[in-house]
Amino acid sequence: MNTPAVRRGCLLEARDVVKSFGQTAALRGASVAGAQGEILAIMGPSGSGKSTLLHCLAGIFRPDRGEVWFDGRRLDALDEAERTRLRRTAFGFVFQFGQLVPELMAADNVALPLLLNRTKRKAAYKTAETWLDRLGIGDKGANRTGELSGGEAQRVAVARALALAPKVIFADEPTGSLDSLTGEKVMDLLTGLAREAGTTVVIVTHDARVAAYADRVVMVRDGLVSGDLGAVGDQVSAAKAVR
Amino acid sequence: MTLLGLLEREPSHGYDLKRDYDAYFGRGKQLPFGQVYATLGRLARDGKVMAGDAEPGEGPDRKRYAITETGRDEVDAWLADPVEPEPHLQTVLFAKVTLALMLGKPAEAYLDTQRSAHIRRMQQLTEIKRTGPLIDVLLADHALFHLEADLRWIDLTSARLAELAEVVRNP
Repeated sequence: MNTPAVRRGCLLEARDVVKSFGQTAALRGASVAGAQGEILAIMGPSGSGKSTLLHCLAGIFRPDRGEVWFDGRRLDALDEAERTRLRRTAFGFVFQFGQLVPELMAADNVALPLLLNRTKRKAAYKTAETWLDRLGIGDKGANRTGELSGGEAQRVAVARALALAPKVIFADEPTGSLDSLTGEKVMDLLTGLAREAGTTVVIVTHDARVAAYADRVVMVRDGLVSGDLGAVGDQVSAAKAVR
Repeated sequence: MTLLGLLEREPSHGYDLKRDYDAYFGRGKQLPFGQVYATLGRLARDGKVMAGDAEPGEGPDRKRYAITETGRDEVDAWLADPVEPEPHLQTVLFAKVTLALMLGKPAEAYLDTQRSAHIRRMQQLTEIKRTGPLIDVLLADHALFHLEADLRWIDLTSARLAELAEVVRNP
C-alpha cells in the first residue's frame, strides 16, 4: 500500500500507530502529521506514549500496526539498513542529555555525523565550526564535551543536529536537564535556526513552556493523540494584538 | 508607591514620571495626568516628596518633585515587604470543574478546552519574548509561570476527575 502521504505539504505522518512493549500498550492508534518547516510539540504526561511516538516517527521503533510516512515514503516498511541510512542523512536528534561523546571535542562531535555521511574531513570541520559559531559557542570547539556545562553541551547537540542540514529534527525533552534560562536559550536557538533553515522540528516535552515555542502543540494521552492544543495561525496575530 | 520609587532615581516633573510609569508599568493602561498630580500632592502633604519652586512656563507641570528621607524609608519598607501570596482557592477554573461534576456535565472536555486556551496564550507570550524588549520578556515570563501553574493543576485535576466526581456527588 504505497499511497503518498495524504495531507498537502505534509512531510511526516503517523497513521493509527500501535506499539506495545510486552503486555504494555504504549501507543493505541496514534495519528499525527507534521508539515515541511513546521515546529510541532508533542506534549503529554510521563508514560503517555509521547516518546514512543517520536521514536516511531523517527524510524527508531517499527510500529506493530499502522503506518509512518516520511517525504512520500513508508518509513515503517523500510528495512533496518534503509531506516538507519535515512536517520543518518535526513534526521537530526537532540536528546535530554545531549548524548555526545564526552571524550571527543565539541567540533569532533558536530563533525562526526558528517564524516559518517562521507563528507570530506576538511569540509565537515568547516561546517562544524560554522554551526558552533551560530550557536554562540565558537570558542568551545576544542573543548571536550565532558568538560562543558549542561547548556553548552546541549548547544553542541543542537549544532550537531543542524549541521547535517536534516529535513527533520527530533528533540526529546531537549531542555529537561537545564535550568529555566539556559533551557530558554537552547529553545530560542533550536527553533530560531530551524525556522531559518526551513527544518521541521518535532519536540517531545512534558513542559508547557517548551511546547509554547512550537507552531502547533498536540497532546498524547493513554497512547492516543487527543488533538491540537494550539496552532500558529491564531498565535501570531494574537501576539501582535496583546502588545 | 511606584511613583515614589521612580522619584528615588532623581527629582522629576510630573510629566516625566507619567512617561516612565507608562513605559515600564502601564502595559496598555496609561496613568491619567490627574492621578499623577493628585498622588504627588498627597505625597508632598505627607512629607514623602518635596515640591521645588514653580519654574517659568504654562501648565501644571512646572514643579520638580524630589523624594525626602521619609519617602526613601517608605520605598525601602515597601520593597522589603513580600507580596501576599494569593492561594486562588476559589478560582473560576475550580468553580467550573466542580459545577460540571455536580451537574454530571463533561468536566474533562472543559479542562481540555481550558488547556488549549492556556497553551495558545503561552504561545503568544513566547512570541512576545522572542521579539520584544527585556521589560516585555520579564512580564511575559511572569505570566508564563502562572499559566504553567494553572496547567499543572488542570493536568492533576484531569487525572483525579473520577475521584472528584464521587466526592462532589456524594458529599
